[in-house]
Parts: sequence; C-alpha cells; structure tokens
Amino acid sequence: MYGLGIAKGLTVTLVNLFRKPATVQYPEEALPQSPRFRGEEFVWYEQRCTGCASCAKFCPLGIIKIETHPGGTNVQEGQSFAIDVFDIDIGRCMFCGLCVEACPYDALFMGSGFERGTYRREDLVIPVEELRQAEKRPSTWFRPQLEAKKYSPQTGQPLSWEEVGR
Amino acid sequence: MPIRTEPVTINLGPQHPSTHGVFRMRITFDGEIILDVEPIFGYLHRGSEKLAEERTYTQVITLTDRLDYVSSMSNNLAYVLAVEKLAGINPPERAMYMRVMVAELQRIVSHLVATGFFLNDLGALATPLMYCFREREKILEMFEMLCGARITLSYMRVGGIFQDTPPEFWPVLSDFLDYMPGYIDEYERLITGNEILLSRTKGTGILSAETAINSSISGPVLRASGVNWDLRKADPYDVYDRMEFDVPLGTVGDNYDRYLMRIAEMRQSLRIIEQCADQIEDGPIKANVPALVRPPIGDAYGHVEAPKGELGFYMVSDGSIAPYRFKIRSPSLLNLSALRDMLVGCKLADMIVTFGSIDINMGEVDR
Repeated sequence: MYGLGIAKGLTVTLVNLFRKPATVQYPEEALPQSPRFRGEEFVWYEQRCTGCASCAKFCPLGIIKIETHPGGTNVQEGQSFAIDVFDIDIGRCMFCGLCVEACPYDALFMGSGFERGTYRREDLVIPVEELRQAEKRPSTWFRPQLEAKKYSPQTGQPLSWEEVGR
Repeated sequence: MPIRTEPVTINLGPQHPSTHGVFRMRITFDGEIILDVEPIFGYLHRGSEKLAEERTYTQVITLTDRLDYVSSMSNNLAYVLAVEKLAGINPPERAMYMRVMVAELQRIVSHLVATGFFLNDLGALATPLMYCFREREKILEMFEMLCGARITLSYMRVGGIFQDTPPEFWPVLSDFLDYMPGYIDEYERLITGNEILLSRTKGTGILSAETAINSSISGPVLRASGVNWDLRKADPYDVYDRMEFDVPLGTVGDNYDRYLMRIAEMRQSLRIIEQCADQIEDGPIKANVPALVRPPIGDAYGHVEAPKGELGFYMVSDGSIAPYRFKIRSPSLLNLSALRDMLVGCKLADMIVTFGSIDINMGEVDR
C-alpha cells in the first residue's frame, strides 16, 4: 500500500518525541569530559623542566618559544639551564600533544580547558609567568602514572611537581 | 514557428550548502536535463603533500588527521601502515587489534555522517541527520576516552598506538555494541521503505560496474555497482584476516544501492568490533621505535579500505627523518571523477542527491 513506508517512518519520529533529549543546555550544564582530554591550558612544572627544548623541537608548528641561559639549577637533575622565556602560542596550537609526548622529564602536560576566548590574537600566547602561576590540573594524556592513580583533572585537586613523576 | 532554445550553463558553489564544503560544479542544462558537468575544486588546497616533506614521520600524523576530517582514524592507520612497511616495523598484536577496532568505529561514524547528509540533501531536513549524529556523538565520546580528542585524533603512532586503552573504555564499548544494532534498525524503519526516498533514489545516478572499474572508483560506491572489491578481504592488513565479515554488494549501482550499502556496512563493522573485543589480549601497545624514525632508502605504498574507498599513502625515503616525497591517493577525489558519468541525462533535482550519495569530503579532495 502506498504511504505505508512514510507512516512507518513517522512512528520512529513519534518514539523519539518521548525520549530523553540527547542534548544539554551547555553553559548551565556541561557533559563529562574524559581525563585524557587534550585541552588548552598547558600545565608546566618549572621544577621538572631542564630547558632541553624537546617540546619545541617536536612541535609540528613550532609554536613553543624557549629562551634559556646556562647556570640554573634543577631540583631533580642538578645543574641545568635557567628558563627566561617559555611561551606557548595556543592561537596556532592544534592540540596534538606531541610536545607532551616528547618531554623526557614529565614537566609539560596538557590541560583540560576549552573555553578560553579572547578579543585579540596576542592574548592567546600563554607567557611563562602565567604558566608558573596557573593552577596545575594536568590531563592524563600520555601520562600513565597519573592514570594509574585514577587522577581526573576535572574533579581532582591540583597536583604539585612531586606527585606527577613516574 | 519552432521556439529557439539553447543550453544554459550555471555554477553551483563554491559556497553552497549542499556541496559538502567548497566545491563548484559548472553544469550545462538543456531545460531541466543535464548535458555536461565539470567539477572544479582546489578551493581547500593546503598543500598537505608538500608540508609532509618538511615534517618528521611522527609529525605527519597530525597532517593526516586533517585530510578526511570525519575519518581521522582510517587516515592515521593508512599512514602508519605505509611507514611501517617502509621501515620494516612489526607492531604488537594488541596495537593491531586496537587499530582495527577504532578504524571500524570510525567507519560507522563516517557512514552515519554520509547517511545523514545524504538524507539532508534529499530534503529530509535535519531530523534523520540529528538521529545519526546522536550515535556519532557516542563514538566520539569513546574516542575522547581513548585519545583526548574527538575529531583530529592523532591516535596511532608508527609501530602501534600511543597509549594503552583506559579501563573505563571497555564497558562503554560493550554498551554501545548492545544498543547500536537497534539504532541502525531505527534508521531503516525511518527511511528504507519510505516511498519518497524510493522514488527519488531508485534508478537515478546509475553507475555501471564497467564505468566504475574504468574510473578506479573504490569503496561503497564501487560495491554498490556489484563489484566485489574490498581491501580488507583482498589485501588484509593488521588483523583483518582473522575477522569474519561479509562484504555487502549492490546490484544496480543507483543512489538507493549506495545508501543501502552504507547501512549494511555499519552492521558488518559492528561484527568486526565485537570479534576484536573478544579476541584482544593484554600486551605491549607499541613496538620499540625511536622518536625519530629513519627508514632505509626506498619507497612504499600503504593502503587501507577507508570508509570512502581505498586510501593510500605513497612515500619515498632518502634515509632522513622526513619523507622525501609524499603522495596521497584519496578516495574522495577519484570517486568524484565518475560524477559526470552518473549525472549526464539526469534531472537537476537528481544532481544533488547523486552528489550526496558519493559521500565526498573536500578536505580529502583538495588536500
């Protein structure tokens, strides 16, 4: 009979009318995020960083700017470079996480934010001062040691540099 | 006195909602009948092949994410297979199972997007698309669990995957395998028997098997024409040779067959994922590969059955840390080459439907 297919299809629409909505009203309510989420606020531990610039070399876009001078001391590694500049231009970042993967000292972590919006492009550069002072809630992306602790950057406490090592 | 008529040439695109990106068609009409179609593309050209020549083998993975941005996993897989072939690396078992599993999940995502937008092009505005996107969202959430991103995944590495699966992934996956067949049934109830769909798609945009083979079409478009060619069966990579699945085939090669093909392939993908989840065992997830891969001098071609067709990467190595030459065989571009054969003689209204049924992605056409 002609029209049967349309009627059958409309029953699906009818069923969906009474289903729980799949969407949420975003600013009031947010969907849960995975602990591995690769977000924008990079977490950087100066105590762990030796200024080797592996992250800058591994970045496909070259957006990490590091300037160092010799003569600094690293709490873990002893003698190392002192860091003058550690700027991350997240306006060009694609959040692939290769810098985090490259870091041999577990000093750099992805963050979990995604809501940073600015009116000027220059404001999207995270300067070293901001990295030093930011609240450190590292993402567990490429850091199995955090995952083993069942750490979640969304619900967990900020971590100090001693707690994030392997 | 006879009325003097002449063909009219119009431009569709590049900014048109139904062209799936920035794609332009120059079409010559005789009244409502299409006389000639000339696809014009290149508006989204980013030079991926050239950019790859100055990046290391690991950094290129981020470029492959952006080719076909609704199926990043398949692109990653094709690329790492090519590099592994070039450098002679054997990934461990667990990594191969994970890669097959995520590639099949990605196939479901791509086919859901294809089906949704195909129906959107037909005039079933937004409703079926939103139903399809609801399930796509579930898969994207699983991807976020695995690799922290939803679209540009960068999940695979040369010699395996980047990190082991989190334990909370497995219950979510088994839930998904439980409810997904029901949702596919729902799409079929909604659409497959619908008289409007049948009259709009049956017998339009026919691609014969001979033309399809001659223009090197691949993927669901080729199989809808009745040609049994699936790289997962013809040249099994990773662990596809241990999987049991059927290759659905069409008969006529019209728009309706292409739609049915995608629905049927989603069901087969679910079967493969189920078998992977059963067979996977604990173990290492990455072969011992240095951070900077230096393949020996030579060349290699790695290909996979991506959701849209055969995706291949051809690479020439000069022994350094970056490829010397990088070539992408993208299924969308080659599938587009049969557009003229499908469209000539059709009516204007069939054009958008046929174009939607090929399921192209401009990120991959223009690279």
